[in-house]
Amino acid sequence: MKKGVALLAGAILAAGMSLSAQAATVKMAYDADPVSLDPHEQLSGGTLQYSHMVFDPLVRWTKDLGMEGRLAESWERIDDRTIRFSLRQGVKFHSGNVMTSADVKWTWDRLLTSPDFKAIFGPFEALNVVDEHTVDLVTKEPFPLVLNAATYIFPMDSKFYSGDDGKGQDKGLLKKHGDTFASRNESGTGPFVVSSREQGVRVDFDRFADYWDKKSPGNVDKLILTPIKEGPTRVAALLSGDVDFIAPVPPTDHDRINKNDKTELVTMAGTRIITLQMNQERVEAFKNPKVRQAIVYAVNNEAIAKKIMRGFATPAAQQGPKGYAGYDTALQPRYDLNKAKQLMKEAGFEDGFSITMMAPNNRYVNDAKIAEAVANMLTKINIKVDLKTMPKAQYWPEFDARAADMMMIGWHSDTEDSANFTEFLTACPNKDTGWGQYNSGNYCNPDVDKLVQDAASETDAAKRAAMLQQVEKTLYDEAAFVPLHWQNLAWGARTNVKLEAVVNVMNFPYLGDLVVE
Amino acid sequence: MFVISIISFSIQDNLGDPLREMLGQTVSEAERQEMRDEMGLNDPFLVQYVRFVGKAVQGDLGTSYFFKEPALDVIMKKLPATLELVVGASFIIILLSVPLGVYSAIKPHSTFTKIIMGVSIIGISIPVFLTAILLIYLFAIELGMLPSYGRGDLVHVWGYWETGFLSKDGLLHLILPCVSLASIMLPLFIRLIRAEMVEALHTEYVKFAWAKGLRKYRIWFVHALKNTMLPVVTVGGVQIGTMVAYTILTESVFQWPGMGFMFLEAVNRVDTPLIVAYLIVVGAIFVVTNTIVDLIYGLIDPTVNLIGGKK
Repeated sequence: MKKGVALLAGAILAAGMSLSAQAATVKMAYDADPVSLDPHEQLSGGTLQYSHMVFDPLVRWTKDLGMEGRLAESWERIDDRTIRFSLRQGVKFHSGNVMTSADVKWTWDRLLTSPDFKAIFGPFEALNVVDEHTVDLVTKEPFPLVLNAATYIFPMDSKFYSGDDGKGQDKGLLKKHGDTFASRNESGTGPFVVSSREQGVRVDFDRFADYWDKKSPGNVDKLILTPIKEGPTRVAALLSGDVDFIAPVPPTDHDRINKNDKTELVTMAGTRIITLQMNQERVEAFKNPKVRQAIVYAVNNEAIAKKIMRGFATPAAQQGPKGYAGYDTALQPRYDLNKAKQLMKEAGFEDGFSITMMAPNNRYVNDAKIAEAVANMLTKINIKVDLKTMPKAQYWPEFDARAADMMMIGWHSDTEDSANFTEFLTACPNKDTGWGQYNSGNYCNPDVDKLVQDAASETDAAKRAAMLQQVEKTLYDEAAFVPLHWQNLAWGARTNVKLEAVVNVMNFPYLGDLVVE
Repeated sequence: MFVISIISFSIQDNLGDPLREMLGQTVSEAERQEMRDEMGLNDPFLVQYVRFVGKAVQGDLGTSYFFKEPALDVIMKKLPATLELVVGASFIIILLSVPLGVYSAIKPHSTFTKIIMGVSIIGISIPVFLTAILLIYLFAIELGMLPSYGRGDLVHVWGYWETGFLSKDGLLHLILPCVSLASIMLPLFIRLIRAEMVEALHTEYVKFAWAKGLRKYRIWFVHALKNTMLPVVTVGGVQIGTMVAYTILTESVFQWPGMGFMFLEAVNRVDTPLIVAYLIVVGAIFVVTNTIVDLIYGLIDPTVNLIGGKK
């Protein structure tokens, strides 16, 4: 019966599709729309996705995590601390102004006033203008991640954003939760111009006629972004042909999209690690590495990735994913219940103890279910878990207060680099440097901190990778945290939308290059 | 209204930290504190409340963190979408519940009555979001007849009011959300009208009317039905308020850009000024609908008027 209905529906859909085959208008549905048109207001995935549509960075990541020049045509290291970028000439902003190094400098100065973005540029001393089409990025110390940071520099139109907006505010004003000119107007160099926008309902993008990248294969003239919050509705909109592609796709719907012959699923191993931290200040037993190891051995994260995440996650044993400098292939998931029991016995906790655990229930994919599964697994080594899950809005204050013995945290490295994980998740908490800000476990190993610190000024890539691998190895051996998995990414698209070519692990598709057949 | 404002204002502290949704993950604690001071979030409760009331009496319920506009404006922009949904659903309910309720009271033993009663039991026990998803699955995906989300093409009427009732696309977009919103209330009204009707049919004056030899339609619809309307209107008045609450679910499933969906989003984003403003506006809607219901009593039941004094 069901198959019959599906066939019938397929036939009807096919008839409908043939009418709109030459569409150069693409409708897409994300779970949210950009919070602001100001690319510096909030550092979030949504803002970066938007920035890559309306602005262009100096350089950007390629699909295999290499670098390609965008507004910077080429770059060279002129000394330990300086990289010189040559800017592309004749690039026009949406307003018609021509982009020069003055715009890059203006954007740089603005970035440094943004509470969200300035941390990325902490290691930098200055951006110096050499001539109209050349700028130097100078760091305080020799710094290996200059290009990584340059992916965050999306030059803004300094002339467009200067002057008074008619309400007594400067047009360039950067303010959170403020009604600023920049949050409602844009002039970038990117492939798309925002033609209309109703916040939370839809954003319309038109292709920018004077876009500098004439080689771009993209043939989308008009792009309509509708936020659809509910996963099932988003999937339904795709399957019924109301939209052309969607992200994210809930794991439960992957099969439906794969089986439908008008849609296809694009998946990719992601870079966001999900972990649990064991608070050594709250629980004396967690100070014992054997207990921590026992917990890691008792948590079957491969089963979680397979059963709860339905294969939509890559089981992890370290922080940084494959492709990152510190990734060590030798570190693999190590579920072994007998070993776990053995370790508990050696540590003198054969009879176990009770702990509390907290996890969000709407932040990461299946977060609450994962926490429940872990709590169950821990009962097998006689650790009784009192689990509490809550919406993220309530979870973060609890996390800041370190309110439970084990807490869940997911992390994506803004620099696409291994060191960032340790700086925030596993370094000794230090109020002055901001390190360990999300280390609710209070794990602290000065050797690890030292390695990460030294890696920050090591420009020899091979040496640096070895140092970061050493960090991962140490964290693994000492069971600094419970690694669960890296969340995969998934997009669903109508088969005529060639999405696969433009998506990447950072989860900001380069939609300017999107081809629709 | 005063009580609502206190309650809604006092829960806001427990909703979470609005800054978390506004700031990136790497912003330091010291900077967060600075911003909290700037926004006045660190002031004592009373100071915040007095500041809020002071502005509220001038019609300013605060500025939404997310939309960056006055909260009341945001709600007013979303209100027409929600009201159209409620009106559409009410229309379906009235159109179906009266004939079905009357029929099942007059012919309690017919097969059709049994079907109506059976279906209404199912309807009342399936949660509205499930009905909505089933409807989307059937009509949007499998049959491809109706759109799955949003409001479609709108016709601008006046001020913030853009209507979906005047364009074909807009009407098509209204069907599924209205049906799923109606699905929860419809069985209730069918059963209510049926029960009242059965009772009315056994009263003395109806028997007398039969004895007088009046035509059956006049007895059913004028004598009996009119007297069942009082409890129906009472329940209806309360339920319209409830229906506004149910729009939260329907709107979020259908990505309907109304104020229920906006409220859910506001809770997720900890957009406290918007949450408080929403609760106050919905409170006002409850008060107004119930007042109107009280006034309608007089029109339906003359005895209500008699108590106030003889004409």
